[in-house]
Amino acid sequence: MSTPEIIINDSELVEPPVINPGRRRSEWLMTLSEAWRMGRTRIGVGIFGAIVLLAVVGPWVAPYSPTEFVAPPFSPPDIPKMWLGSDYIGHDVLTRVLYGGRTVILLSLAATVIGLAMGVTLGLITGYARRWIDETVMRILDVVLAFPQIVLTLLFVSILGPKLWLIVLMVGISHAPRIARVTRAATLEVAQRDFVHAAEAFGIARWKILFNEILPSITSPVLVEFGLRLTYSIGLIAALSFLGFGMQPPAADWGLMINENRIGIIIQPWPVFVPVLLIGILTIGTNLIADGLGRALVGIERDTGVG
Amino acid sequence: MPPLLKLILIRIGLGLLTLFLVSIVVFAATQALPGDTARAILGKEAADKARYEALREQLGLDEPMTTQYLSWLGGVVTGDLGNSLVQDKPVTELLSRRVQNTFVLVLIAALVSVPVSLFLGSLTALRRDSKFDVTVTVGSLSLAALPEFVIGILLILLFATQVFTWLPAVSRIDPTVPIYEQLELFILPALTLTLAVAPYITRILRASTIEVLESEYVMMARLKGLPDRLVLNRHAVPNALAPAIQVTALNLAWLAGGVVVVEYLFNFPGIGSLLVDSVANRDMPMVQAICLIIAAVYVLANLSADILTILVSPRLRTGLR
Repeated sequence: MSTPEIIINDSELVEPPVINPGRRRSEWLMTLSEAWRMGRTRIGVGIFGAIVLLAVVGPWVAPYSPTEFVAPPFSPPDIPKMWLGSDYIGHDVLTRVLYGGRTVILLSLAATVIGLAMGVTLGLITGYARRWIDETVMRILDVVLAFPQIVLTLLFVSILGPKLWLIVLMVGISHAPRIARVTRAATLEVAQRDFVHAAEAFGIARWKILFNEILPSITSPVLVEFGLRLTYSIGLIAALSFLGFGMQPPAADWGLMINENRIGIIIQPWPVFVPVLLIGILTIGTNLIADGLGRALVGIERDTGVG
Repeated sequence: MPPLLKLILIRIGLGLLTLFLVSIVVFAATQALPGDTARAILGKEAADKARYEALREQLGLDEPMTTQYLSWLGGVVTGDLGNSLVQDKPVTELLSRRVQNTFVLVLIAALVSVPVSLFLGSLTALRRDSKFDVTVTVGSLSLAALPEFVIGILLILLFATQVFTWLPAVSRIDPTVPIYEQLELFILPALTLTLAVAPYITRILRASTIEVLESEYVMMARLKGLPDRLVLNRHAVPNALAPAIQVTALNLAWLAGGVVVVEYLFNFPGIGSLLVDSVANRDMPMVQAICLIIAAVYVLANLSADILTILVSPRLRTGLR
């Protein structure tokens, strides 16, 4: 029957994993460069970069310590001593603004990465396995989807208490079904392509097909999801701190600052206004990036007739 | 069975299944609580062994988990959601006025945001790439990115404190006065919800309308030489109705979650702010009840939208893909 020589010949003939390496390797690069041509993406990257820079460099240039009492509570701005005045217990607002961005950005990134890892894995499996695995997993995801993201997070906070890891994890979990749906749709289409059939015929392990063959082909929609979910993560994480379940005093955190200082909004609006403004600008920036990526993806799909 | 009816029944079945699973999640949540409900109610007095045991028995905590779940579910179905741990009154009694307040708030927001997003979404799609389209698209892209508390606080700064002082920054609703006599307390929270949800919905609707306009059947109708008005009324609109219904459902579903932060921000006495308080106080029966209500609204909104979509959309009605 089959001799070793024939098998070698077969493999030379089929060579499944590298049937179309050029397109697959460069797909996400193509999306990125296409997105970069759009003005909105550049503005988005500029905004995002500026806020991240502010959050990273901020603590180095802050005039005071974030827990130092510098003036009576809710003092108005006194330039050049206190550019933005003092907060509800007399901390320097500018200092706390400069310190308060790190947590929002880091926690949001972590939640997004968790959501992406879970959602993409589930989407790949359901899109490729189909049948009852697909049905069962999608039903379970429907249950998660039935809870608005903030409500799902609050349900678990009410049980385990306001812990940072829990909030990051729950925000990630609440993203997962939405990401899984997008990944599943993309996987369904890619799973029909020749190089996947070839890999199957070759007897390559299914998890290897999933992560080595299919995943590289769907990086673009995953990239778009990353931008979109990051925007929502920032809103959710900041909202949870604002509700009092995220960062706890005396931490300097934009969401928490809004909550602590909103009773003084009439006499001293700055410790509320500046964090609100920065969070708003940050989400607009990430959303512009997501929109640019999304448009680039649609454009490329239209041009190449894929998708 | 006619295929249409079958499709609808399957959809209802799946909706009920989701609701059932949701109730299990909400119930299981309390079981994961360190310690049990009896300990939570008694607090430090739980050291009194006899009282603790008696309460455990009274609450049925000695029963197997499935029995406990079924009796809890039975209570939910008959409107008995247990007692609040904080106020020691039936949850349903504490909730009723708040549900009304939230309902009115969501209703106002939906009545404004649904027509606005339908109008803007379809008009931007029809006048694609015009100045109007670009303005609305850029504006809605930015607004859609903003978290609801950011919008709310900017509105408070603008209309209630720093720039103008036209409206109250805090919605202290008097429960002894009818709602329609204190509607001004609803304006800012409703406006916040509207500004947060309308851009998001507008963008979805614009995309789906463009899809309908570029579809083969609309192109076919155009090629047949039908005047624009007929193409729209006879071919485009019936198929665009489906997205419109989905939009309304999405809107309601979003508002169900959006009320949490917005009510807290305005001290609005609805179920959203009560959820935040109950989570902080770990009032589990209350948390369970509110999570269940919100999830049910979400599932039922989607369910009715899906059924209506099946009924109105010509493609589904005839093609049954």
